[in-house]
This record gives sequence, C-alpha cells and structure tokens, in this order.
Amino acid sequence: MGDDALIQSYRLSEWCSNAPILEEDLALTNFALDMTGRAQAMLSYAGQVEGKGRTDDDLAYKRKERDFYNHLIMELPNGDFAYTIARLFFTSTFEFFFFNQLQNSADTTLAAIAAKTIKEVRYHNAHAIDWVLRLGDGTEESHNKIQKAVNELWMFTGELFETEEVDALLRDQNIAVDMPVIADKWKEHVAQVLSEATLTIPESGYMQSGSNKGIHTEHLGHILTEMQYLQRAYPEATW
Amino acid sequence: MELLEKTDKIHETMLKNFEEKIERGDAIEPKDKMPDGYRKHLMRQMSQHAHSEVIGMQPEGNWITRAPSLRAKQILLAKIQDEGGHGLYLYSAAETLGISRDEMIAQLHSGKAKYSNIFNYPALTWADIGAIGWLVDGAAIVNQVSLQRTSYGPYSRAMVRICKEESFHQRQGYEIMANMMKGTKDQQEMAQDAMNRWWWPSLMMFGPHDSESPHTGDAFKWKIKRHSNDELRQKFIDKTVQQAEVIGLTIPDKDLKWNEEKKCYNHGAINWDEFYRVIGGNGPCNKQRMDHHVKVHNEGAWVRAAADAYRLKKEKQLLHL
Amino acid sequence: MATDSQLATWEVFMQSKPGANYIHAGSVHAADKQMALQNARDTYTRRGEGTSIWVVPTDAITASNPDDNDMFFDPANDKVYRHPTFYVMPEGAKAI
Repeated sequence: MGDDALIQSYRLSEWCSNAPILEEDLALTNFALDMTGRAQAMLSYAGQVEGKGRTDDDLAYKRKERDFYNHLIMELPNGDFAYTIARLFFTSTFEFFFFNQLQNSADTTLAAIAAKTIKEVRYHNAHAIDWVLRLGDGTEESHNKIQKAVNELWMFTGELFETEEVDALLRDQNIAVDMPVIADKWKEHVAQVLSEATLTIPESGYMQSGSNKGIHTEHLGHILTEMQYLQRAYPEATW
Repeated sequence: MELLEKTDKIHETMLKNFEEKIERGDAIEPKDKMPDGYRKHLMRQMSQHAHSEVIGMQPEGNWITRAPSLRAKQILLAKIQDEGGHGLYLYSAAETLGISRDEMIAQLHSGKAKYSNIFNYPALTWADIGAIGWLVDGAAIVNQVSLQRTSYGPYSRAMVRICKEESFHQRQGYEIMANMMKGTKDQQEMAQDAMNRWWWPSLMMFGPHDSESPHTGDAFKWKIKRHSNDELRQKFIDKTVQQAEVIGLTIPDKDLKWNEEKKCYNHGAINWDEFYRVIGGNGPCNKQRMDHHVKVHNEGAWVRAAADAYRLKKEKQLLHL
Repeated sequence: MATDSQLATWEVFMQSKPGANYIHAGSVHAADKQMALQNARDTYTRRGEGTSIWVVPTDAITASNPDDNDMFFDPANDKVYRHPTFYVMPEGAKAI
C-alpha cells in the first residue's frame, strides 16, 4: 500500500508544469502531495513493524526493484491526459472501497491512516469521474482517447484484487480487507461511470499479475533509477 | 470642433481625477478610468510577472522526480505548485484590465511578452534547487514585498497573498544549502558551485541600473513601482551576504566590500552584456523553456476542447428537458 | 468552440470559518460548475484557508460604475440617524 502511494505519486508529480490547463496542474500536484504523505505514513509504519530500524526514506530510496510491491498499474508511464485520468479513476475507485473497509481494521495505526486517506481518495475519485465524463462525452477525439486508455489499462485492473494466503489470514483477524467484496463494488461502480460517459466496458480478458512477488514491468526500474539517484550516488550524504 | 473640445475636456477631467487618486494613495480599481499608458504598463508588467511564475516551474520541476527524500519531494512539489498558483493569481489580476489569459499566452508564445530572464539558466544539480529557493526567490520576494503597495488594487491584493505564501520558499532553499554545507565535501562543493552560478543572475533580476532603466519614470509617477531597481538590489545584497557567511558560502564577487559610510555593501560590476545576450534569446535554456510551454499548451488543446464540448452538450440537454 | 483556449472565468468567494462573510478571493478558469468548484478548492485552499466556497461566472456579476459613486454612495453620508451613536441616552440607563 505504501509502494502504491509512492509510485503513483511519482507518476502524478511528473505532470507538474505539464497539465492541459494551469488549474489542473495544481490539482494533480495536490493529489501527488496527498499520496506522498500517505507513502510516508505507510512506509514508516512498515519500517516499525519490520523492526530493523529502517525509516520511510530507507524503504523508498534504498530498496531494489524486486523488493517493491506496488501494483503494476501504478508504474505504467503517464501516457496522455486521458490515460492518466483513466488510471486515476480505476485506482481511486479501488482505493475508495479499500480504505473504506480498512478504516475498521483491528490494527489501529492502519485504521487511522485509512481514515485520513479516505477523505483524500474521495476527492481524487470525484475529480477523476468528472473528467471521465467530460472526456467520454466531450468530443469524438477525447472519446476515442479515453476509450483507448480504458481498453489498454483494463488488463492491469485484475491485479488490484488479488489476494494471497497471508491476506486471508489477516482478513480473518480483522486486519486486512475482504477483497472479493471490494472487487464486486469496484466493477459495479466502474461500469456505471463508464456507461454514463458513453464508454464501452472492456470484456474480461487476460489479467496481468506479478507485483505480489515483486515481478514488475520494465518501467519500475527507470522510476527507481531517477528517484534513488542522489541517495545512490552519494550514499554518505544526508539531505 | 465643439465635440472635439468636449472630448478633450472629459479626457482632461479623467486624467485629473486619476492623478488625484494616485496622489491620495487610493487604490485604482478595474472600473476606474485610467490613462492608456497606465493600463498598458500594468498589462505588460503583470503578464510578465505571471509568465515568470509559470515558466519558473520548469527548472525546479526538472528535479521533482529526483528529490532525495520524501520530505524534500513534498516541499519541492508544494513550492512549485505555489508558483503555478501565483501565476494564476497574477493572470487573474491582469484579466481585470481587459486582457484574457488566452491573449497573454499568445503574446508569450509570439515573443511579445517576456518572462524573467533568470529562468533561462539551467538547474544542474540538487544544490541548484537550494540556490533557486534562497537566491532567486529571495530576490523575487524583495521585489514583491515592495509591490504590495502598488497602486492597482487587484495587483496589490495578489501580491499580498503571494508574499504571505512565498515566505516559506526562501527558507526551504536556504535550509537545503545549510544542510549541504554541513554535509560531505561533495555536497559542499555542489552548494558553492550553485552559489557561483546563481549569484550574478539573481542580481540581474532587479533589472538595469536606475540610470539606464527606460520605463522607470511613469511607473514611479503612477505608483506602480515603489522602489528603484538599484534600491531593491541593494536591499537583497545586504541581507544575503550575512546569510551566506553563516553557513560558510563565499559570494563570488571579489569586489564585494562593506561600505561603512553608507552602511551597505558595495558590489562588483554586473556583466550587462550577458544580461542583454540572455534576454535577447541566447541564454542556455530560452528555447527549451519556450518550446516546453508551447508543447504543453498545444497538447492540452484537445482536453480543453472536450471540456467545452461537454458543457455545451449538458446545457443543451438541460434546455430540452 | 470559442476562440479562447483557456475556458471561461469564474469568481471565487471564500468563507474562512463557519459563520463568517464570504470574501472575494480571486478567479479561476473552468468549463463547468464542478470544475470551477474543484479548481477553486485546489487553487485557493492549499493552506486550509476555507470552510466553504462559492463560484460565480464572471459575466454574471454586475459592478457599480465609479462615475456614479457620488449618486450611489454620497447620499448615505448625511443620514447619521442610522447610527446608534446619534442618540442621546438618559444618564444611568443600562443595557441599551
């Protein structure tokens, strides 16, 4: 979850000074800031739980590719504005249902982070939905672009709901969330918005997977190369 | 003939009213009558100021993905976002004069409108992010504080808001420099190198010496400008030299000397040839900055068109209900 | 589509705390109401400045003309009886 926030904020921050209108530049930067804050909170807590004294920065800047567990959809390059919006729509819808449940976690730290995050995510989701509608039902060009983005991203959405044995264990202890329930809610919500936006819901086909085991797309390596550059070039330095 | 005399008379009263207002120190508001020259001067200055904020996002934006810690990344993002916000406030203030943001952007792209010369220099290392915040924003703030008392109401109000928000910008830059000067030898060298490259361009930000500044006369008379280029530059130097000393940075000016009589620093000669060369388009990044702005503007066109088309559709649907 | 590529302008009014007056903050560009509201939020409340926002299309606002200031505002200047300090209260009267 921390990696999702970290990598997604990385991609959104790339929009800074690149958005279609100045106001949208500020909005996307706000989202990136929300997510960086969430990454900080999650990674600090992960470090604490691990108990080896690693900080949030250690985890963000000193781990290798195979040790990252973000979903693949987060690391895909931004593409055009339609692609970024379609992704934000898919991920923020997922995060909305996910954190909504996580608020009730028996783990009080996770519950607290979730309670803060849910407010941010609701806003990201509302913003993304408005744009999906505008682009879907705007001009022919925008309709085609967002439809293409939805189609291309679709095969990366299945991974969001994957669970492993350990997840089931945590769920039984009331720490983690119930994924199949979230998956159903997600599908229903996404279908509703896409149809309102006059877009076609892609047929369920093959779904990419791998992040559970640290198997990523080639894009993650480039993100880490940039993100970790200073920490790796000057290992002795603190900034 | 009679009509002409009458218009002259009206014009004269208008000018008199305007000048009396300025004299009293009253703010001029958008619907007030104002001389053409005043309006034009403001449009030029405010749109240049707005463009500078927006173009200024680029050199710093260059380092967002490489910020060395989560905290550093948040600070930098928030700062660049502020620059965008300030551009927006300034565009919005300039629009009250009857020029649209669209027109201002077109003027920027055609080269008719300028932006601050400083952003034509590259941000090469992480220390440059420190130097930009500390020196470039530091210089900008001196100018902006002075502009809070400018005579045009919307401009002055925007400046008040901007100054309030900018107060953290300079501090974050100085903090980066201070941390690096406490760090490894590599970091110290990086910081000094950034200082060496940004010091002189920062001094140039205040514009030519008062003796050579073409627009100064009217701007003072109309209270658009409240302090001269040289006054502001001096203020910046005097406060910055001490800050550099505290963290162990050397100002790259061998002629810099305390003037006991005037209670300020004398500085060496500024390379105005470089200033005019860069303004003339031959700085290291002029083309890159402008190409980027044009590209982003063009690439966003279909998105803005879609938003407009969607609104029209919805309005039509509403009418047919 | 309009020739202006920057979408329409909206005036933003902010309430800084519950119960306070709405004060003009500036303007934003947006295609529709929702966008205007969100853009105002992302532009003018970055430091928690507001509890509520109004957005109004700029061209829906009518402003008084400074040339009419004498007829608009001067006549109110001599109506001192509208202010409580105009009245002489008997000595010793309380809570009035």
